[in-house]
Amino acid sequence: MARSNKPIVWSLFAGGGTLAAFLTPVLIIITGLAVPLGFMSGDVLSYERVLAVVQNPVGKLVLFGVIFLQVWHAAHRLRITAHDVGIHADTAVMLVCYGLAALGTVATVFALLSL
Amino acid sequence: MNADTDIKTRIIEIEILRYNPETDIEPAFQTYEVPCHEDWVVLDAVNYIKDEIDRTLSYRWSCHMAVCGSCGMMVNGEPTLSCHSFLRDHPDKLRIEPLANFPIERDLVVVMDDFIDKLKSVKPYIVPREKRSIDDGTHTQMPAELAKFKQYTLCINCTLCYAACPQYMLNEGFVGPAALALAHRYNLDSRDVGASAREDVVASNPGVWECSFVGACSDVCPHDVDPASAIQQAKIAGVLDYFKSFLMPKGEAKQ
Amino acid sequence: MSRKPFIRPVPTASWWLHQGRYTRYMIREATCILIGAYSAVLIVGLMRLGEGKVAYDAYLATVQSPAGMLFHIVALAFALYHTTSWFNVTPKAMPLVYAGKRVPGGLIIGAHYIGWAVVSVILLVLVGA
Repeated sequence: MARSNKPIVWSLFAGGGTLAAFLTPVLIIITGLAVPLGFMSGDVLSYERVLAVVQNPVGKLVLFGVIFLQVWHAAHRLRITAHDVGIHADTAVMLVCYGLAALGTVATVFALLSL
Repeated sequence: MNADTDIKTRIIEIEILRYNPETDIEPAFQTYEVPCHEDWVVLDAVNYIKDEIDRTLSYRWSCHMAVCGSCGMMVNGEPTLSCHSFLRDHPDKLRIEPLANFPIERDLVVVMDDFIDKLKSVKPYIVPREKRSIDDGTHTQMPAELAKFKQYTLCINCTLCYAACPQYMLNEGFVGPAALALAHRYNLDSRDVGASAREDVVASNPGVWECSFVGACSDVCPHDVDPASAIQQAKIAGVLDYFKSFLMPKGEAKQ
Repeated sequence: MSRKPFIRPVPTASWWLHQGRYTRYMIREATCILIGAYSAVLIVGLMRLGEGKVAYDAYLATVQSPAGMLFHIVALAFALYHTTSWFNVTPKAMPLVYAGKRVPGGLIIGAHYIGWAVVSVILLVLVGA
């Protein structure tokens, strides 16, 4: 049996999982619920304000970091879940899961660099 | 004077999955009505069946005190040591099956070969820094060093954890909770330098990386070994080793 | 005596429905679907931001619509389940020893919750909620 290369993707899974555990709930509240539920001003998510954050290099870095870690965490867990429910096409599952994460990563990079 | 008349008894209906390889195509349940004493464990009821009702029932047991690890079986779907499960905690119907995820040899006896092979593969013994003779005396070890791995020494190889593990169920190639916990036990032992020798098995795909931290193994362990924690710690150690090996390529193998 | 070991068939797709602990495990795993979906929502938002105010405002209207709110509530529920299940197992993965003794798992978990609460409150205050 050879030493596995899983550590690479598992590190992303573990890092993403830790970040998601601490940040994702409050992010969901801020970006999706605070305004419609009325305890945050709509200005915070306005085009001008968000653009300002995203155009800031620190803002870019943080947003990239959060999205990158979240998608790779989700991708690896989804791969494991597919195996858990009896889907045996391991290579296909890997391509789909990590492919989606790669797509998300590339889309994020492009979006952030173009702003 | 017959002290038995003071002990309350209860009729328990026990369904056991039987299988005779010489006559049966597949296993089938057989039901027994057993008058059980209130202080009995499941093993006592099974022994009663064999002694008084059906001599043909086959099963493993030995110490009757949860140290030998022989009497593992599924009791109402839960991997259990039958000597460790009190009837007073169960309703009037019991369903007993051989330990899950192992081939059935006969009745409640399962084929343990796969586990034994995996146990051997992780080198479950001290690999010392240098060869010692009897005259060198014993290794010395501080209490703090012992404390690091003591919990993982408590494994009695009962394989309840393998019966509980969905990843072992889905992939019989998985090295499994007990074997990996034992590898971790030796890797943590200050007298041992065999971590790199075990790496081939432990850090492989069917090693720790097959585990998805369901945690059922630790739930069913009768001695709180917590194999799930051993595997997660081994994963983290494996990640550090992996990246270290790129930053500092190994010259010769450590030994 | 002839040996003929019998291998029992396993329910590869439905095993996790048969016992509470396995079902809870599967729910924990399923949190990744919602976290992935929420990430996609964020990514689309960044893309719409790049397309200009009109596109972005339309995106925001969808996010804040009743359907969008429902998604976020479901995503929040799963994200919270991820948080609790992740924190609860941290002491197993990273046991801490202090002054020669194991730090109780409850302390480690509690510290995580406190850190989580602090981070969340700080962020909410920063955005003026």
